[in-house]
Amino acid sequence: MFDVVARNINFLMGGFLVTLKLTAFALGGGIILGMLVGLGRISRNAWVYQPVTLYVNFIRNVPLILVIFWFYFVMPIIAGRPLNPFLSAVISFIIFEATYFGEIFRAGYQSISRDLINAAYSTGLTYGQTARFILVPIAFRRMLPSMITQSIVTFQDTSLAFVIGLQEFVRRTSIVDNLEVRSIQLFGFVAVVFFIFCFIGSKISRHFEEKGRRANIL
Amino acid sequence: MIEINGVSKWFGDFQVLTDINEIIHKGQTVVICGPSGSGKSTLLRCVNGLEPYQKGEILVDGSSLSDPKTNLYQLRRKIGMVFQRFELYPHMTVLRNICLAPLKVLKKSRREAEQKAMELLVRVGIPEKAQEYPANLSGGQQQRVAIARSLAMEPDYMMFDEPTSALDPEMINEVLEVMIDLAKEGMTMLVVTHEMGFAREVADEIIFMDEGRIIERGTGQEFFANPKSERTKRFLSQILA
Repeated sequence: MFDVVARNINFLMGGFLVTLKLTAFALGGGIILGMLVGLGRISRNAWVYQPVTLYVNFIRNVPLILVIFWFYFVMPIIAGRPLNPFLSAVISFIIFEATYFGEIFRAGYQSISRDLINAAYSTGLTYGQTARFILVPIAFRRMLPSMITQSIVTFQDTSLAFVIGLQEFVRRTSIVDNLEVRSIQLFGFVAVVFFIFCFIGSKISRHFEEKGRRANIL
Repeated sequence: MIEINGVSKWFGDFQVLTDINEIIHKGQTVVICGPSGSGKSTLLRCVNGLEPYQKGEILVDGSSLSDPKTNLYQLRRKIGMVFQRFELYPHMTVLRNICLAPLKVLKKSRREAEQKAMELLVRVGIPEKAQEYPANLSGGQQQRVAIARSLAMEPDYMMFDEPTSALDPEMINEVLEVMIDLAKEGMTMLVVTHEMGFAREVADEIIFMDEGRIIERGTGQEFFANPKSERTKRFLSQILA
């Protein structure tokens, strides 16, 4: 029944590899830019805070598919030549995911009470020591479950890049389907692959959440 | 000795402290009381440099907190502080909570730090909790660990910011007993509290604050026997009722 998948497995897996690569770049860039965005969102300097907040609010209130589309069609005007779909997709995903990761970082940092930091200072710890032994470990543990969840969402969202012709997993499946006309088997296979990856991811996220709750740090 | 000379502090346009004067001698226990929002906690935070002040001067053993040459990190080693909500490090065991600063700030060896921590846990009455995480302790036990954590730095002064207000009634005494012992052993203490029984027993001086000013001060007996201002009388009748 799944012979259609077996016949085209190399072509399909090639698409899945593109999906994984796009996810990896989107996460890497999104998390790094997200850290900066998170810092910008807690900045007391209005010249930093206002533009960053505008950016975050704008992007978070626009569907991802529009960001991908818009960036793909606007870039040639700015750059003077069309970008290849993969690069264009990576950049749009970084711009999009950084706002979500930024909010996770902001919340993690703000979840630590002022007096917990004061308590550390009052024992003579320096700012650097307080950050290293208290702030960062606690914030990281609190953020980890949301970061894993957001990573899963990013992984799922990468399939939207098919709209600009990127040959990722879903796009390649649809190409095969056009030739073989076996939609149920083909897209069923895609669904199973996505499900396995995301299910494992959400289990990992749950694990860290439970662990944090037991230690009463969430 | 801690000297507070004419200290005023503003949050934006709002004045939280107005012309505070006070001297705390070695070995004394000074209790600060007053309604919430009267600036008591802010004053404590100013004394160990957790909050800046805009006017006046605070001297700890002669060094001014507002002098840029004063190393606040070093100065804070001398002043332990206990908070209303305990503020234990949730990701560390009780033992590590107590040992962190001695290890990192005083550069003690692990053996030395842990030995001292165990002695302190015996002193506050919960040596069996050394390997527990704060979440598994009752409020009273957490506050006693917080006291042990401050004492581990062998401070010359101890400040308490409403240490029993977040506790269930039956746990208040176990914390107060530890504090009374400390006071009687000659620790210099600055305590914000509404526990008037504690104040009566150990306070060398009681200060009443309202709206950022010191309204009244006196020795334990004077203060309770004949408060001078109307505001103090009203406050006392409310909390002693």
